[in-house]
Amino acid sequence: MTTTDITIDTRTAPPPPSTKAASAAPSLILGEHSLCPGCGEPVALRLLLETLQELDVVDRSIGVVGHGCYGSFVRIMDIDVLQCLHGRAPSCATGIKRMRPESVVFTLQGDGDMVNEGLQEVLHSAARGENITCILLNNGVFGDTGGQQTATTVLGQRTKTSLEGRNAADHGYPIPIADLVASLQGSGYVARGAVSTPAAVARTKRMIKRAVQSQLDGNGLSLVEILTMCPTGWFVPAADGADYQGSSMEPVYPVGELKSQEAERA
Amino acid sequence: MTLELLQGSVAITRAAIAADCRFFAGYPMSPFTPLLEAMSRELADTGGVCINAESEIEGANMALGASAAGFRAATGSCGQGIALMQETIAEAALNETPLVVFNMARNQQDYYQCTRGGGWGDYRTITLAPKDITEAVEHTQLLFHLADRYRAPVILYGDDLLSKTQVGVDVQPLDLPDLPEKDWALDGSASGTGRSRQVWTFAMGKKNDPGPGPDGQWKRVAQKFADLEQVEARHETVHAEDAETLVVAFGSAAKFVEHVVEELREQGHKVGLFRPITLWPFPGAALAQVTRGVRRVLVFEINAGQMIDDVRQWTHDRDAIEFIGGVSIDEHGLAFGPLLDAPVIAERILAAHSPADVLTARS
Repeated sequence: MTTTDITIDTRTAPPPPSTKAASAAPSLILGEHSLCPGCGEPVALRLLLETLQELDVVDRSIGVVGHGCYGSFVRIMDIDVLQCLHGRAPSCATGIKRMRPESVVFTLQGDGDMVNEGLQEVLHSAARGENITCILLNNGVFGDTGGQQTATTVLGQRTKTSLEGRNAADHGYPIPIADLVASLQGSGYVARGAVSTPAAVARTKRMIKRAVQSQLDGNGLSLVEILTMCPTGWFVPAADGADYQGSSMEPVYPVGELKSQEAERA
Repeated sequence: MTLELLQGSVAITRAAIAADCRFFAGYPMSPFTPLLEAMSRELADTGGVCINAESEIEGANMALGASAAGFRAATGSCGQGIALMQETIAEAALNETPLVVFNMARNQQDYYQCTRGGGWGDYRTITLAPKDITEAVEHTQLLFHLADRYRAPVILYGDDLLSKTQVGVDVQPLDLPDLPEKDWALDGSASGTGRSRQVWTFAMGKKNDPGPGPDGQWKRVAQKFADLEQVEARHETVHAEDAETLVVAFGSAAKFVEHVVEELREQGHKVGLFRPITLWPFPGAALAQVTRGVRRVLVFEINAGQMIDDVRQWTHDRDAIEFIGGVSIDEHGLAFGPLLDAPVIAERILAAHSPADVLTARS
């Protein structure tokens, strides 16, 4: 039997966790999240909350959230929330927004939520021109259940249900949902951003702001697909998440604005 | 009182509007379709919203959203469409959102579906089965009240006859007790206060307002439905006090049975009717009381025998129970829809009421 040479010093307390991130958090976040190291979702959610504050619509904002990792975030998000079933958020948001047109209604969904189970909901809501803002947190896997293949998993990506990597012959092709939504007449603003680099984060923030502004302007459904990192679900080291996303997802899902009323008017 | 000749679906729509229904969403499916059409015509005129949804699932969730925002909302379908809505009905039960569901059914094969659900969790749905359009108008208004009062999904079990028949009806608002403010509803005003609201089945709440959590929430919801069984069971009896043969029937079928029972009484047969008005909670204690002295309990329903399970549970002498319904009582085999036929019902009741051998054996 071998022994390790690691010794644990039990006489001194471990150093306190860093509070830098928490102190810089927007006031709409009430505490610390419980998502995995390297996860991109906290950044994306923070951008959304900052946007609501900057546009001064917090006191009329209602979120509709599906089920996924980000669900744990909802508990510390100081926003009125209806947490609904997988995929149903755009339909529930439709009911809310139609009855409360003065409110700012956003949905928060993962790719399994929106593009697998909720494909019909998001497409029809976009086609109807529902004046809501949909935020898709796309990490290409079911993160909450441990890294299975979703409709947006890129070809070649290994998941727990495509162990040799997704191949088109067995698993079909990934669905570029933002492109589909952009092609529908009822959508007003559609963009795809990422949170893998500081520049991408800044750009994504502008996209979210334009999406919510588009709702305020009454332009129909706005959607921001945000490519996020899921090192845990991807089976890559946490520190490699951003590079992995950049090299695997972004070639398939190019970031940028796909549809904007401003661009069309210009 | 001013009677107006209205199709059942229009009458129900007017009743819903009288109950301050502000939102309706559904997907066409006969015989629910006339109700959706009536809603789309009439709800917009009152400033409400009716959406012809792209599926039953979407329609039910739109209504759930509207209700979570604090407005009276409804959806509907029948049979297979209600099956698709079961996930939403269960969700509404567990996250405690009021939801009125109109099941304009093709027959009575939706009994299990309405009373047992098909979704997830320890929940039930209050289900009212009106015998005619006049009663459906009352039930519709009562259901909106009960949904809000108990923050739960409720079902109107209608059918083809209630949906499409025209009758003279006077839709008057029911005088129902006041309800508390919907302080749980989502309007966004609590966002950013540290006390923002949350509606979901796990009920773990926000950091500053942790909520009961799943265990507490599910126990509380289960207890609510257990309590409801004691207070909301409704029934009606006709000639039950001295009946030797008691027929149990619900909905439109009960109306036909009631007519037949009156006819048989005139002929001197001691038959009676027990009609559950609420299919859930099933009025079991009342049925147990009524069936104490009867010789035969006959169950008439337009299915292969579903409510008979509840009747068996509450009738003391199980040997006394006989099923006299059927998927269709049309002997010529059209086999679709509630094909009700008073002479056939009378024949079936009499065959069970007065067979010579049974009378000999029991006398």
